[in-house]
Amino acid sequence: MKRAGFTTIWLPVALLLPQLMIIAIFFYWPAGWAVQSSFYLQDPFGFGSTFVGLENYTDLGSNSEYLRIAWFTVIYTCLVTFFSLAIALLLAVKADKVIRSARTYRTLLMWVYAIAPPVAGFMGIMFFDQRTGPITDAFQVFGWDYKLGVNYTDTATAMVIAAVWKQIPVNFIFFLSGLQSIPRSVNEAAIIDNRSSTSRFWQVTFPLLAPTTFFLLIINITYALFDTFGIIDTLLKGEPGNNPMTLVYKVYLDGFRGNDLGGSSAQSVILMVLVLILTVFQFRLIERRIHYT
Amino acid sequence: MTEISQPLEKATTPKARRKPIKWSVVGDHTVLILGAILMVLPVFMVFATSSHDKIEIARNGMQFGFGDQLAVNYGKAMFEKGGFTDTVDGSLMLMNSLILGFGFAIGKIIISMMAAYAIVYFRLRFATLAFWVIFTTLLLPLEVRILPSYEAIQRLGMANTYSGLIIPLIASATGTFFFRQFFRSVPEELVEAARIDGAGPVKFFIDILVPLSRTMIAAIFIIMFVFGWNQYLWPTMITTEESMFTLVRGIKQITQGVIDSNDIPEFGQALALSIIAIIPPVLIVLFFQNWFVKGLTESDK
Amino acid sequence: MAVVKLNAVGKTYPNGFEAVKPSSFTIADGEFVVLVGPSGCGKSTLLRMVAGLEEITAGTLNIGDREVNDVDPADRDIAMVFQNYALYPHMTVRKNIGYGLKNRGTTADTIEAKVQEAAKMLNLTELLDRKPSQLSGGQRQRVAMGRAVVRDPSLFLFDEPLSNLDAKLRNQMRIEIKALQRRLGVTSIYVTHDQVEAMTMADRIIVLNSGEIEQIGTPAEIYHSPASTFVASFMGAPPMNLIEARVEEGEIRVNGGASIGPAGRCPSGPIQLGVRPEDVELGGAGQTPFDISIVEELGAHRLLHGHLGGQPFTVHVGKEVAAAPGTTQIHLKPEALRLFDSQTGKAM
Repeated sequence: MKRAGFTTIWLPVALLLPQLMIIAIFFYWPAGWAVQSSFYLQDPFGFGSTFVGLENYTDLGSNSEYLRIAWFTVIYTCLVTFFSLAIALLLAVKADKVIRSARTYRTLLMWVYAIAPPVAGFMGIMFFDQRTGPITDAFQVFGWDYKLGVNYTDTATAMVIAAVWKQIPVNFIFFLSGLQSIPRSVNEAAIIDNRSSTSRFWQVTFPLLAPTTFFLLIINITYALFDTFGIIDTLLKGEPGNNPMTLVYKVYLDGFRGNDLGGSSAQSVILMVLVLILTVFQFRLIERRIHYT
Repeated sequence: MTEISQPLEKATTPKARRKPIKWSVVGDHTVLILGAILMVLPVFMVFATSSHDKIEIARNGMQFGFGDQLAVNYGKAMFEKGGFTDTVDGSLMLMNSLILGFGFAIGKIIISMMAAYAIVYFRLRFATLAFWVIFTTLLLPLEVRILPSYEAIQRLGMANTYSGLIIPLIASATGTFFFRQFFRSVPEELVEAARIDGAGPVKFFIDILVPLSRTMIAAIFIIMFVFGWNQYLWPTMITTEESMFTLVRGIKQITQGVIDSNDIPEFGQALALSIIAIIPPVLIVLFFQNWFVKGLTESDK
Repeated sequence: MAVVKLNAVGKTYPNGFEAVKPSSFTIADGEFVVLVGPSGCGKSTLLRMVAGLEEITAGTLNIGDREVNDVDPADRDIAMVFQNYALYPHMTVRKNIGYGLKNRGTTADTIEAKVQEAAKMLNLTELLDRKPSQLSGGQRQRVAMGRAVVRDPSLFLFDEPLSNLDAKLRNQMRIEIKALQRRLGVTSIYVTHDQVEAMTMADRIIVLNSGEIEQIGTPAEIYHSPASTFVASFMGAPPMNLIEARVEEGEIRVNGGASIGPAGRCPSGPIQLGVRPEDVELGGAGQTPFDISIVEELGAHRLLHGHLGGQPFTVHVGKEVAAAPGTTQIHLKPEALRLFDSQTGKAM
């Protein structure tokens, strides 16, 4: 709040009201409802529900399919996060170095940001499809009999590649801006202190980029967990079958296709807790980020 | 101290130094060019292939060059009625996408600017409480509460309406957070000077704060427009009537078409529709690149 | 320790802008040379070329007996102190100071010993385990100095190192840096836009303007015999008075008035006459009218601002000389008069 804030009462209330109402109706009510229904078992024919306590949660713990999906989600998140960060960092470091056509490179590397995940997923289908996909053809050359949507690992590969491709621009933009905010003179001092550009990068540039990297780590984990839904749904062509999927997709599947409201709600709550932990983590890192400057 | 060689006499004619080729620079450019190809080529191939006949695509796969079916495919994508009810075409979906993109971005900016103004500039007893009530929503993305949100929309009878599509998406605090950060960085003296000049809260907001926030508003508009345009999960759930489909939502229908038909699927038309879905947000990001990058990187600090 | 020799060193950017015109000078072993000039005059570019941070596009640069044009900055045996100190924010003071040594393969024991020695010299011993963000401006400045000193380089480079400090601290650091350099005897190049720093610290000053060397000389030479009107007005506060005058029959006259002094061998015609404010005497033998409009009281002395022959003119008098607005007669010391070409501004 500003020192010389206005003292009117009705105006700020009127200003806040729309936001608070929307949040109450579309955030707090649904969230509370999810928590509540995670303790109930829905009658399959829609005749009421019974309180079952933590049963929905314990069921998940012993459900081998759910555990397999959770495990896949972990691996998928790690792969997507690692590769999209690594490739974007490499590109940002190079883009920060070159003087000639730096702007053109920046434009070419960031515009994919605007492409919707399902479009990326559809592109994935076209490129990995057995009939039309040039990437599938390339895999065949190396003796990999690639079958999208049939083989578990093959489908997972396409998911990871499409998700990484879509996420590189955001990471690139943040890394580049992080690199550009390192004072030029600090880099120059390092040039005088250290001959090797590789060791300069790891000893000076990379540590100074740490706040950006931590921040992006959270962003990317959130992305892989939630925002890749569109990519996955499109790549699976709405037919999950025996294919890999992430936890969010499972929530959707159980809730909408399977009509298992309690189970789906319990899964939602688990994800909520997960995001909560990530966010707390992120806030603590933001504090650290300020510390540097 | 001693032996001052005079600067004004040119000691020797400066020898022209030939620059040696710097291999590290060549390496940098190689990496960047490969990266650019990685990002651009797939979309280019989608575009090139969208100008081919479906039979040719089915036979030869994705193309590097252009064919002669460009106008045909895009005409079909835009104006051939499809779907179960034969009522939806590309132009209708484009319209819906624009409504979602603009409606979401504008709605979000108005609502979050108002809320941020109230939180930052007023002495309000429950300001801190309001802050926390609003900012808790940052914690839970829509994806984890889709089911209950869907339920809420159903009960309110807002399924298959534009407001049902747009308003729940606004129920997160990202915009409010950005504006709060920005307002706090506005110099304290400004509001003091305005009060001395006799400006009330409404005048101060309209005459001073809004003009000051122009760049910020532009940046957030771009980010929010792209975000809204690219929404998928929520439109998928909330719009069951085909006349409400957005382009991004329509992609799913297309892919199902590509897979399910026993006939040769309409590859060209589907690719054309993808390109149409890509163009508006890409153009906005490209044209307003600087604002967009600034908004994205600064608002998150 | 080394002799630094620039032979027609110049810098032209790819867009054709010539930031530094081919310049030559030699810096003696242990000498403290200050590059001074207004912003954009190319002084920093010149320094950065010596450091190797900027490519040399013309001429040759020697440090010691090596030509270093294509030598990596890390291999030039130099140390540099930056304007904003350029400390590594993630390293402690100890690591900041020792980083350059570590990369040169010095053993940990030697590094620690040298860091301790440098810290002692700069009063940093208690701060060794702090991060730069926990230090004040003056302390950061000292760490930056320590980073340079510890390396025991053959050349120190300073890029406006004091401009981020407040006035008091700046005066103090000025003396400290100079004393340190004297003690270590390391050849130094110091860039500044502050003429007071240049005058007080330099063994020799190089004045730059628009990428070109205007004058090289000791502070006294620069002050008393400026090579051009640019140097005359840039160095000294208040600057040298410069007024339009004419030489007629060997006498200098302003606005057709009485003779101000002899013009020596200068041919007749228009000239620019330069005289330092303190080389003027009030009253006495004076026969040049001076209209005083403002008296600036500075305690130890007074500055009298007014007009001479209709042109702005300033006179510096001691506190014992009383003065009040109005017209008075002044006398310009003949030996202190400097004549400049009215076209080129060069000294005659």
